[in-house]
This record gives sequence, C-alpha cells and structure tokens, in this order.
Amino acid sequence: MTAEVKTRAGIKRQIRLPNREAFKIALRSVRIRIWRSFITMAGIVLTIAFFSSVLTSNVAAQALQPSGTQAIADTAGNRATQLWLVAISLLVCAVGITNAMLMSVTERYREIGTMKCLGALDWFVVKLFLIEAGVLGLTGSILGAALGFLFSLLAWMAQYEHVFTSMPWRAVFIRLAMAVAVGSALSVIGAIYPARRAGKMPPADAMRTEV
Amino acid sequence: MAEAALQTSLEYAVKTMNVSKEYVMGKQTLMALKGVSVEIRVGEYISIMGPSGSGKSTLFNMIGGLDKPSGGKVFIDEVDVSGLDAYELAWLRCRKIGYIFQTFNLIPVMTALENCTLPMIFAGMSTQDAMDKGAELLGLVGLGDRLRHKPLELSGGQQQRVAIARSFANDPTIILADEPTGNLDLKTGKEIIELLRKLNKEKNVTIISATHDLKMLDVSDRIIWIRDGLVDKIENRAEVDIDIGSLEGEEA
Repeated sequence: MTAEVKTRAGIKRQIRLPNREAFKIALRSVRIRIWRSFITMAGIVLTIAFFSSVLTSNVAAQALQPSGTQAIADTAGNRATQLWLVAISLLVCAVGITNAMLMSVTERYREIGTMKCLGALDWFVVKLFLIEAGVLGLTGSILGAALGFLFSLLAWMAQYEHVFTSMPWRAVFIRLAMAVAVGSALSVIGAIYPARRAGKMPPADAMRTEV
Repeated sequence: MAEAALQTSLEYAVKTMNVSKEYVMGKQTLMALKGVSVEIRVGEYISIMGPSGSGKSTLFNMIGGLDKPSGGKVFIDEVDVSGLDAYELAWLRCRKIGYIFQTFNLIPVMTALENCTLPMIFAGMSTQDAMDKGAELLGLVGLGDRLRHKPLELSGGQQQRVAIARSFANDPTIILADEPTGNLDLKTGKEIIELLRKLNKEKNVTIISATHDLKMLDVSDRIIWIRDGLVDKIENRAEVDIDIGSLEGEEA
C-alpha cells in the first residue's frame, strides 16, 4: 500500500541534518542560555573535580611518599570509602543532568515542534540534545579536571618537597583524561532519556499556546 | 512547463473524505471530528472558522499532516497521509507544506536568514544555495536589510514576515497558517494578510488558515465553518458580507 503511494506522487524519504549544522545549532543553544548552561555545568565541574583529584592523588601519593608503610595503611582504609563517594557523586551528577535537560525540553516544546513541522525527524532532535549535553559535559569535565588537579597539586606542594620533579606526570595525565572521558560520557548518558522525549514530541505542539 | 503540467493533473491540494478523529481520555471518548469531507483546490485561499472546541484545530492538524485521522482519508497533494511512515511524513512536511504560526515560532538562536534556510538544509540543499534563496525570500517579504537580525531584535510583524519567508523555503504546495495575525496589531495584521494574499496569487500556492480575523476572511476565496466536529457550511467570498470598517473600527 505504501509502495503504491510513494511511486504515485514521488514521496521520498530523504531528509538530512549535516553534522556541521547540528553542531552549530547545539552550540548556539548552549550559548544563548549561557547562565543556565553554567549551572548545569557546575554539577559536572564539581563532580569531575572530586573524581580527578581522587584518581590523581592515588598515583601521586605512591610516587611522592618516601617510604611506603604509612601510605599503604592509609589507602587500604580509605579505598572503599573513596570508591563509594566517587560512585555516589557520579550518580548524583548524572541525575542532575537528566533533570536539567528535562526542564530544557519542557521549556523548548515550541522550538522542538517547529523543527518537526519544518521536516525534522525524531532523531534530529535527539541528536541536537545529545550534542548539547556532550558539549556541556566536555567543557565541564575539562574545567573540573583542571580544578581538581590544581587543588591536589596545592595540597601535595604543602605536604612534600620536589613535587614537580618526582611526580609521575604521565600517569597523572592519563587519569585526568580518564576523568574527562567519564564526565563527558556521563553527561551524554544522562541526556538520553530527555533527548528521546524531545524527539517524540508531536509536531502539532508547535501550535500550542499554553505550556 | 513541468509545473503547469503538475497543476492540471493535481486539481486538489487537499482532500478529506469522511474524516473522523476521536481522542480517548480515560474512560471517555471524545469525537473531535465526526466525518468531515472538504476539497481544497490548488491556489485557493481558504479560511477555516469555528468556535474553540469545534474541532477546527483538529481538522487543521489533519490537513497539515501533523496528525492522522481515526477514520476516513486525508489526501495532501494527492497522497494518502495514512499510508505514510515517519520519514515520508517528515519529507511531506519539509517539501510540500509550509507552516506559519500564531506565535511566529522562529528558532531564537538563529538569525532571520538562518531560520529561512533551515527547511532547505533539512531538504539537503547546499548551504550556499540555501543562503542565496533565503536572502531572496527575505527580500520578497521586505526584510532584505534584516538578514542578520535575531528574532528578538525584530518586531512581531517582522518576525511573522521571516516566518512567511521560511514557510516558502522549499516551494511548498500548501501554506498552513494558524491564526497568523492573532498576536499582531490591526495595521501589522493587515500588512501580513496582504503579503499572504500577494504570495498566494504570485506563486499559485494554496493557503489554508485557521482564523478569527475578519480581515482574513475578507481576502479568502472560501470559508469553511466547523461546528461540533462537522462542516457547518462552506461559503464563497462573494456570498459573505463582511464590513470590516464597522466591525473593527476605522483605522487612522
């Protein structure tokens, strides 16, 4: 039945959203709501700052402390608590992102409906929201990792001598990169549900005059 | 050439056959439309009138390919909408139908020009071609000097002009206008109506609008009155006696 319809009036399926355009739109959506974006990002910044400082201080402590005895006793006791705290903070961060993105979707029902009226497919809208979350996540994570590292560095400098020479830089940077990757991924994962909800919005919502 | 052939073969831009729509709300079923059959010819300027709750919006959404009927058939440009999947519906909305809204609905983060180019980008046109055509369309609606303005930097009337330019982006067969003058003052509303009428004549595009604006009725070829989910009456412009001056007051 559909095949007949298609051939009859030349209905096609080709609708595109080039990546470049998608990025442009998503970046601007972040920029136009810059304060809101900062607040959303603040959660990621703090979580990743904590996460990265925990990650790096573990490797740094091993390298910096002259004799291992005291450190081993320390970390053995703290390890479980640390892991627990990190897991909780990451979870809270993801929930925070989901919440912020859901608000954003509700607020932008008209914009989303309009895009769909103009021919956007569900996954265009999903893509836009995921890119937005990815951009927020990446920026927030980089800021957070830098912040976390900076504070750890200050703490080490207060405790030990020769911090810059004896620090295992390579290992530290790998862990900072890990923190950034986790933060970005978390942000995108947190945005999946809101993005899908946005994608499913009916185009007729563009005509709603009440929220 | 090709377009002329198209127009003779496609007599109706929109045709509905005994369309019904029911909404299930808990245990109750609401019949928003109870069997509506209308035929709208290519190039016509149609107004749909009716009190709120009459099913006017529902019919309007059906005609615009925004909603599917529970019963009956809707043909848009000779295509049965109920047989289309999501991709085909998106294609139809992108290429065949242009939408104009009461609240303008420009994308706030984009300039006037970018708003106009969006449907063309969806349609796969290259950015440069889309920019050229967008600028041309904005010139056509009298905003040639406002290309780089954001919606918030434009007045209501100017925003609606951008929206009109955007609706014409992919040379649609049908323009669907939902209360296009509802958020505008009298004078601006009149300018918008005149612009729509001009484009309707120049481009032979079908314009279908839901409206309460009597100025809008005045330029319509036909008026479809909806009441209680049914077509109450269909009037030709010639049969309707509207005296705008006495109804809305003289404009200075």
